[in-house]
Amino acid sequence: MAEKMATRAAYGKTLVEVGAANPNLVVMDADLSKSTMTAEFGKTYPERFFNMGIAEQNLYGTAAGLALSGKVVCASTFAMFASGRAFEIIRNSIGYTGANVKVCATHAGITVGEDGASHQTFEDLALMRTIPGMTVVNPSDGVSANKLLKQVIDFDGPAYVRLGRAAVPIFYSEDAELVLGKANTLREGKDVTVIATGIMVSEAMAAAEELAEQGIDVRVIDMHTIKPLDEDAIVKASEETGKIVTAEEHSVIGGLGSAVAEVLCKKAPAKMAMVGQKDTFGESGKPDQLKEKYGMTAADIVEAVKGLM
Amino acid sequence: MDSKHYEELASKIRIDVIRMIHSAGSGHPGGSLSAADIVTALYFKEMNIDPENPKMEGRDKFVLSKGHAGPVQYAALAERGYYPVSDTLELRKLGSKFQGHPNMHKVPGIEMSTGSLGQGISVCVGMALANKMDGNPGRVYTLLGDGELQEGLVWEAAMSAAHYGLDNLVAIVDFNGLQIDGRNDDVMTVKPIDEKFAAFGWNVVVIDGHNFEEIFDAFDKARACKGKPTAIIACTHKGRGVSFMEDNPGWHGKAPSDEEAKQAVEELGGEW
Repeated sequence: MAEKMATRAAYGKTLVEVGAANPNLVVMDADLSKSTMTAEFGKTYPERFFNMGIAEQNLYGTAAGLALSGKVVCASTFAMFASGRAFEIIRNSIGYTGANVKVCATHAGITVGEDGASHQTFEDLALMRTIPGMTVVNPSDGVSANKLLKQVIDFDGPAYVRLGRAAVPIFYSEDAELVLGKANTLREGKDVTVIATGIMVSEAMAAAEELAEQGIDVRVIDMHTIKPLDEDAIVKASEETGKIVTAEEHSVIGGLGSAVAEVLCKKAPAKMAMVGQKDTFGESGKPDQLKEKYGMTAADIVEAVKGLM
Repeated sequence: MDSKHYEELASKIRIDVIRMIHSAGSGHPGGSLSAADIVTALYFKEMNIDPENPKMEGRDKFVLSKGHAGPVQYAALAERGYYPVSDTLELRKLGSKFQGHPNMHKVPGIEMSTGSLGQGISVCVGMALANKMDGNPGRVYTLLGDGELQEGLVWEAAMSAAHYGLDNLVAIVDFNGLQIDGRNDDVMTVKPIDEKFAAFGWNVVVIDGHNFEEIFDAFDKARACKGKPTAIIACTHKGRGVSFMEDNPGWHGKAPSDEEAKQAVEELGGEW
């Protein structure tokens, strides 16, 4: 059994690590610092940590002001409230100005679990990737979260980083090379490509194992950066395998699947299927139960692949 | 310099506002004219700024939270020497740096792109916090509309500014009593504005927003106040200085015709 870690936990550790070397890093939260894992940074660097209370709009407005004054700001709350409630502040005060704010949003998707539908966002990637100039990142495990977050903090400009609540298997090694904006091919294959993002990457790897036993050779790509999207990797996969399945813990409307389809229909049409949250709200339950009920497991990827064969 | 000097400057700025909105064929004259004296006081006396060096370290910053009054900010920056006044006649035209609402990347001296109400003051909280962190002596000023106070974000920002003791932040409310659909009192009551800010933990000063002595005195009181942000409630008249625009909500967002522009400029002491 692989070691497990929530991507939000990796985020909390990364902040403390980067904060030591970068005195310009400011971290903000909206009364969820113990859940988003920004609290440790707050304890370590109290003079660079601001809790804005339960006020997500002002969290991101204030973050913009700090960033436009020269700080690099990681501002966190749950993904639902960051991307949903504060959307227009992020669009106008951060996106339109190009402010150096990293919207690090945790508790995304169905694996929020027991809190239920009000807290399970499947819309955030869709919303964030429509903002011009916004980099959108969705790490798949603790190691990649750490490596990608460091790159996100390093560049000057707005970014949205999607992080999860649940502990997920670590499958990247510490010496893995991950580059923002570059898809990572985890497994070569010639019959079909599964392009996955976030916690669905480990599901895709499990699905590929199972399909290999059935004689289907699956390529698996970790599309950790949704924007800017690595179009070359998508085109290459289409040309070499002819069939594409996308897998995301997000609505099949507007997220990774849509982004991939936008590329394919213009540059390299392929037979395609999308695994993700259907056009419906979630509910309370354990993360694994919900993934199963709402169709976001390795088995669902296997089924989608077979449907294309 | 006495008030008369600033009144003359404000009249020039009001004339510039009328000319640019007339040239654009659209825009927001009412709330630009009501704010002209406050904006004049900020750019010509109160703020430590340098038109030759708009990004000067340690400068004071002004954010127009009521971004639709962009013309008055464009005019004040022009008269202050940031760019020629004649440039502003490109307001709202394709390719112009003078966008319908201010864009910080296009116009020197604009500190923040605004237009969506409530966001300017929130961004100012961040700017004031940053200055506190850095020991930067720069002060941060923002101008809000009274209708803008209906935005919940304003009060989130107000709460946080008091919580963090941002005495380097001054929010001025252009209290002209009118908004697009009519009187605040009819659309959505915002009064009592002074008591609201006081209850949120701010130092509050209520003034006649067309009286330079009172405006400057309010800025002095804000600077003297330690540990709290200051709200200056500036009682104003929408469309101030142009008889047919004064206190008329119909002039919130409408350009004057040729004849109306001529009359307005002449009433303000200019030549058409």
